[in-house]
Amino acid sequence: MARTALAVAAAALLLAAPLLLAEYSLAQLSFICIYVVAGAGLMLLVGYTGQISLGHAAFLGVGAYTEAIAQARGLPFPVSAAASGLLAAGCGALVGLPALRLKGIYLAIATLAFGFIAVEVFARWEALTGGNAGMAVAPVVLFGHRLGEEWEFYYLCLAVAVGAMFALANLLRSPTGRALTAIRDAEIPARSLGIDAAHYKTVAFALSAGATGIAGALYAHRIGFISPEAFDILLSIELLTMILVGGLGSAAGVVFGAAFLIAVPQALILARELLPEGIARQSGLQPALFGLVLVLTVLFEPEGLNGLWLRLRSRARRGGAAPGRRRAYRKSERTP
Amino acid sequence: MIEFVQLVLGGVAVGCVYALVALGIVLVYKATETVNFAQGELMMLGAFLAVALTSAGLPYWAAFAAAVVLMALAGAALERVVLRPVLGRPQFAIVMLTLGIGLMARGLVAAVPEWGAQTHSLETPFAGASLHAGELTLSADHAMVIATTAVLCGALTLFFHGTRLGLAMRAASQNQLGACYMGVSLARLHSAVWALSAAIAAIAGVLLAPITFVHTNMGLIGLKAFPAAVIGGFGSLPGALAGGIVLGVVESAAGFYLPEGAKDVAAWVVVLLVLMLRPAGMFADAAPRRV
Repeated sequence: MARTALAVAAAALLLAAPLLLAEYSLAQLSFICIYVVAGAGLMLLVGYTGQISLGHAAFLGVGAYTEAIAQARGLPFPVSAAASGLLAAGCGALVGLPALRLKGIYLAIATLAFGFIAVEVFARWEALTGGNAGMAVAPVVLFGHRLGEEWEFYYLCLAVAVGAMFALANLLRSPTGRALTAIRDAEIPARSLGIDAAHYKTVAFALSAGATGIAGALYAHRIGFISPEAFDILLSIELLTMILVGGLGSAAGVVFGAAFLIAVPQALILARELLPEGIARQSGLQPALFGLVLVLTVLFEPEGLNGLWLRLRSRARRGGAAPGRRRAYRKSERTP
Repeated sequence: MIEFVQLVLGGVAVGCVYALVALGIVLVYKATETVNFAQGELMMLGAFLAVALTSAGLPYWAAFAAAVVLMALAGAALERVVLRPVLGRPQFAIVMLTLGIGLMARGLVAAVPEWGAQTHSLETPFAGASLHAGELTLSADHAMVIATTAVLCGALTLFFHGTRLGLAMRAASQNQLGACYMGVSLARLHSAVWALSAAIAAIAGVLLAPITFVHTNMGLIGLKAFPAAVIGGFGSLPGALAGGIVLGVVESAAGFYLPEGAKDVAAWVVVLLVLMLRPAGMFADAAPRRV
């Protein structure tokens, strides 16, 4: 009962956000929605299938560039966004191919390689992408209506984010989702039960990249100007940070992580005004903080914000001691 | 022809730096099963230390040695404080941990006022000099890289085959449990391996400093050590060395013969091809995996 009430309240708040928030805050909320879409994709791959990807920024980039190019050619948004997702999914399936044979660290390096190559392609295919000069992206035009206002774009992002989370939750309850978590937890037993690991890993890669590509389409409109270096390895690490800090292997973790990713730079902007001059103007503050949070999360709260939330909630309910940490993410084999 | 040989020589020099960083990564991976994505940042720290020490008035060689010793201590401290608690955790967690260490190192270096976001150069006693053999020329910086790498490899071979600690490292890399039963202290061994690996990273950083200058993005150059390690089979020290040198030569050739931009992705294209065609690397003996 309390759960339903909480959900209704959250939904009402999200729907009423344009009335409650200033334009700038609303734009940040749109960003969170976009990161939720990308995070749902990455969570599926990393959190639920147990595959490492260090190249997801490239899928975001493929989606963003596809969207920008398709919109500039006058394609309607539903078509261009679908194309962004499909093209990114295609790239994902391609990168997933080595995943059939590679494990752990080798896969991480293959995706890292894909990320570097993709950025170089964005920079060199000047006829299509505008090269290093980048390209401007106009606001979304949906069914002949130009979504120029911040609140209009926010509702679009919200709708896509809710759709992505709904799709993730449903997928995880399907046989495919069960197969993915089985591969994550124990690949060899899963295979001996007849799960075609190669097939499911490719599917996970394609779905993950597809969701990230759709996020990229929205991302392009949100930032309004895309250039190759926006999709480099550091963004890939940020995306991984998002799901790790949110909580691996939990759908709620996607939302927590996306909110964290947006909140930190905003908090830093506020903190800069309070900090002494010398420290406040350091450009390295944000990466250092992200790094610190990553290290602390792995060392002290491996289940991330979601784990923290669950423990706080059960403590509040019982009014007593919290239960010990669970291990949500487990792998039977350590060595590749 | 002479042009090609010249090209290969330059490639070998840069490749030696990749090889040294890859050596550190493989060393730690073999002994502790940790994949260290912060090795490039350790290299950057070593280079910054050397710059700071020379500008504090130390001569080049003293600064070089001090930077290496300091980084070895830092490596051991890193292992003790951050990595030992996560031993045996899923690989993804450890990868994220080392990525986080790398980010922190970059941010902290950028936050030091004198180091900041600027590019520094390291004064060397042999700056501007070069070696000549017939029509071939090799700048002293490049010669220094190649010579130091060769000496280091010799020293490492002696270390692994001639000392008890080296023997213990080789034993642990084959079978941790077995080594433990034979009385090897794994905890102390891990610290020693991290110290050695960080020292090698510092050497690579000081060697690279005159060629590319010293800046906070040096760590990204270190990422190219991963293709080098994979080409060599990711678990073989001679393989990492050979992989690094192959990569350096391929890059330098791609920069000369192929259109602009090819040089930057050559390493990544090669590693993708190797992963698809020969995932065990070029030098690995294909051993079946235990279930």
